Amino acid sequence: MVQRPSWLARLWVTAVWALVGFFILNLFAMIATVVLDSFASRWLGTWLPLGWTTRWYGSAWDEFQLGDVLIVTFEAVFLVVLISGLLGVPAAYALARRDFPGKRLVMLLFLLPLLIPPITYGIPMATVLYQAGFAGSLSGVVMANLVPTVPFVVLVMIPFIEQIDPRIEAAARVFGANTPRLFLHVLLPLLLPGVLAALLLVLVRTIAMFELTFLTAGPTSQTLVVALYYAVFAAGVRAVQSIDAMAVIYMATTLVWLVLALRFVNPTQIVGRAKRA
Amino acid sequence: MAIHAADFRELRLDRLSRQFGAMNALNDVSLTVRRGEFIALLGPSGCGKSTTLNCLAGLLPATGGGIFLDDRRIDNLPPEQRGFGMVFQNYALFPHMSVRKNIGFGLTMRRVSKAEIARRVADAVALVRLQGQEDKLPGQLSGGQQQRVAIARAVVVEPPLVLMDEPLSNLDAKLRLEMRAEIRRIHTTMGGTTIYVTHDQEEALSLADRIVLLRDGSVRQVGTPDELYNRPAHLDVAEFMGFRNRVPGRVAQRDGDQVIVAVENATVVAQLREDLAPGAEAVLAVRPEDLVASDDGALVATVTSTEFRGRDHTGFARMADGTELVFHSEHSAPRGSIVRLRPAPERTLVFA
Amino acid sequence: MTALAPSLPQRLGLRMSLAARGVDTLTLLMLPAAAFLLLLFVYPFLYGLWISFQPKEGGAFANYGRFFSDPFLYDTIWSTLRLALPVTLVNLLIAVPIALRVRLMRRQRVLTTILVIPITLGTVLVAQGLLNYLGPQGWFNRTLMAAHLISSPVRLLHNYWGVFLSLLITGLPFTFLLTLSYVSGVDPALENAAATLGAGAPSRFRTILLPLLLPGLAITFCLSFVQAFSVFPSAVLLGAPSGPTRVISLAAYEAAFEQYDYGLASAIAMIMGAVQLGVVVVVLAGRGLLYRGASGGKG
Repeated sequence: MVQRPSWLARLWVTAVWALVGFFILNLFAMIATVVLDSFASRWLGTWLPLGWTTRWYGSAWDEFQLGDVLIVTFEAVFLVVLISGLLGVPAAYALARRDFPGKRLVMLLFLLPLLIPPITYGIPMATVLYQAGFAGSLSGVVMANLVPTVPFVVLVMIPFIEQIDPRIEAAARVFGANTPRLFLHVLLPLLLPGVLAALLLVLVRTIAMFELTFLTAGPTSQTLVVALYYAVFAAGVRAVQSIDAMAVIYMATTLVWLVLALRFVNPTQIVGRAKRA
Repeated sequence: MAIHAADFRELRLDRLSRQFGAMNALNDVSLTVRRGEFIALLGPSGCGKSTTLNCLAGLLPATGGGIFLDDRRIDNLPPEQRGFGMVFQNYALFPHMSVRKNIGFGLTMRRVSKAEIARRVADAVALVRLQGQEDKLPGQLSGGQQQRVAIARAVVVEPPLVLMDEPLSNLDAKLRLEMRAEIRRIHTTMGGTTIYVTHDQEEALSLADRIVLLRDGSVRQVGTPDELYNRPAHLDVAEFMGFRNRVPGRVAQRDGDQVIVAVENATVVAQLREDLAPGAEAVLAVRPEDLVASDDGALVATVTSTEFRGRDHTGFARMADGTELVFHSEHSAPRGSIVRLRPAPERTLVFA
Repeated sequence: MTALAPSLPQRLGLRMSLAARGVDTLTLLMLPAAAFLLLLFVYPFLYGLWISFQPKEGGAFANYGRFFSDPFLYDTIWSTLRLALPVTLVNLLIAVPIALRVRLMRRQRVLTTILVIPITLGTVLVAQGLLNYLGPQGWFNRTLMAAHLISSPVRLLHNYWGVFLSLLITGLPFTFLLTLSYVSGVDPALENAAATLGAGAPSRFRTILLPLLLPGLAITFCLSFVQAFSVFPSAVLLGAPSGPTRVISLAAYEAAFEQYDYGLASAIAMIMGAVQLGVVVVVLAGRGLLYRGASGGKG
């Protein structure tokens, strides 16, 4: 009765899903080994650890000064989110609402930092920041991280603003709202969901941004991901479980925000708006 | 013209059903289409007409029943093996192919020789009157021209059956009339069999040899345009065919199909469409143009508003029991005035 | 504008002529962000270009000369390409069939959410995870040995394959999500039309989907390639950073932060950018030959 696809077609579909399953299985297994190892008293040459403990978290906290690292991370991330919002949203508003000569050039300026990988532009940028005396401190880390996040906010917000009917603003004007009131009562509530989504994505991306922070951070301005890199780099100095405990803390801080962000945005937005290029 | 439809005797849908989860999109639809017929599947949106078409094309597997071309069962074939031609609502022209390539696509897939393809494409282009546009991309054509390409692409393979899914819905009113005539002309020229989905009763009436009226996934009535227009079998069919007035009453006398229905304290002569005995409750259905203001009119109502229509006026009125009426009158009746309306006895139908 | 202090009528005239071209106060809202990027993105780039021609010793092109005469440096281009090109191709070859299936699903969100995880976690964490997972005692090798597919652990770390696999894990989701957005842009009615005209699944892919997708796939290839070409932490942590996976970004990093030769570092960064640009230009030039209009319906 129901159309029966040929065995070849069914084999193909099965193969494709098997591939997806295989990828996801390996992904989860990889994450699971990190989590399990961070709770393992000893894990060598067996399928599962021999015993369980939470002491690695304590030792990781002390060994890697995670308290300080977390404070720096949150300071940096908070500043990046705040400033990229303040710079990006008005720019997106202007670009969404106005056509002006040279707009394509400005759009290119906002696209390039998202298309060029951070390490490519990061080295000359770090050089400039070192010479200006910003690198090695929190301000340098924040400035470096803003380079991709400001354009990101702009490009995420432009389509969001474009879908808000400009006649709503015109209507508010007709009914006598002046500019501050227009902003407060009409624009802000309309923009808020988009701004929230964009900034949550900035937050997730900044926590995970390794290259730019790595190039500009000094010993006192390391974020979690950079500290993790150094710990993995110097593996052998500390117990693996200790590094894994740190990795789990890092995963937790990232994934909490990711889960929160996914309540507001489509997962594909995390990849960016590259398609608009 | 060199394009002729492939030969077959009849297409039969046998208790065709389609479920989406718990919902019955299509419920035991049975229909026999003879070769050369132009069939319109008519109904409001969500009635199952597009589902029927997609099941026929093989784009949607049926969940029950069967489709037979003569004695061959085809509902288990994938669309590419059914060999029907289909015209899609948004034309679905391949945007990266020229008009020529688009029209020739089906022939290429059938591995017809190059010379044969060139000859038949030229015939199809002539059939839809698109000479000179062969090398353009679909994006460079107007809506009407795209429509012609879509039709040519469907008929060039000389299919036994051409399926059309609301092909005129994206055109403006003037072009729609023009293309309507074109579709009928092409159907006649190639001697094909066409199944045409539409929600526009006027389109169905003017194009089809037979209309299949669907509602909620079931066939409500099958008949010629004249039958559906003048003798709808059910009240919902009548409503869809433009019987806008529904007046509740009670059967007073019956003589064959001729009945007298008591409405308030008057009586109306009408035609019985469903089996009702005297004394039964009934509904009168009548078109606005068959409800005329007249001194001996049985229906008394208060005018609520009128609209100028050009040749005459459309009036809106309310009877004492709250029944709303729509009628035509030569003169504009003032608001609040009392009108007496007379339903034309031959064209007033009675349903249960 | 005030610094110029023109007379009032002139100022009005300027403002009106600007307004006529669409420039008004609202447009100026984009200035802070644009200025910020000019200062921290464009200027450093130009500055880097300039100092790359100011070597510590030798003529203007000494840094570039040094790069292309020292195999320890110029080999990095090759070793990076050797990683980035195959990974990008493999990613694309896996992503396309999956995206073609997934677009038919109503609920794609679970899958896309899972796939976003490795992108979000980033390369460093994936590196640490793979160090555990792919190691000689890791689950991957244990499973293969338990299934008697291999008799001794495969070496997947601290060589080419470690970096390759990490690029696959972080790159595939990125490639897939981009591909999915292009695939979803093709009107399904086109495929239906092709099917009613007698095209089976392979023909539909060859004649309809592929030609319509190729321009998008070219863009996806470019973006994925550029990401893979700038591989850095995983090449150090999972590869052999002094051997086969000595990638170009590592050479630039060493020049800048171990030898403090910013001129050479910038020169290497410029060469890295140029190679990326070169591959992108080649791919996009090929794309110029393709149909690039709307892909029907939603396109």
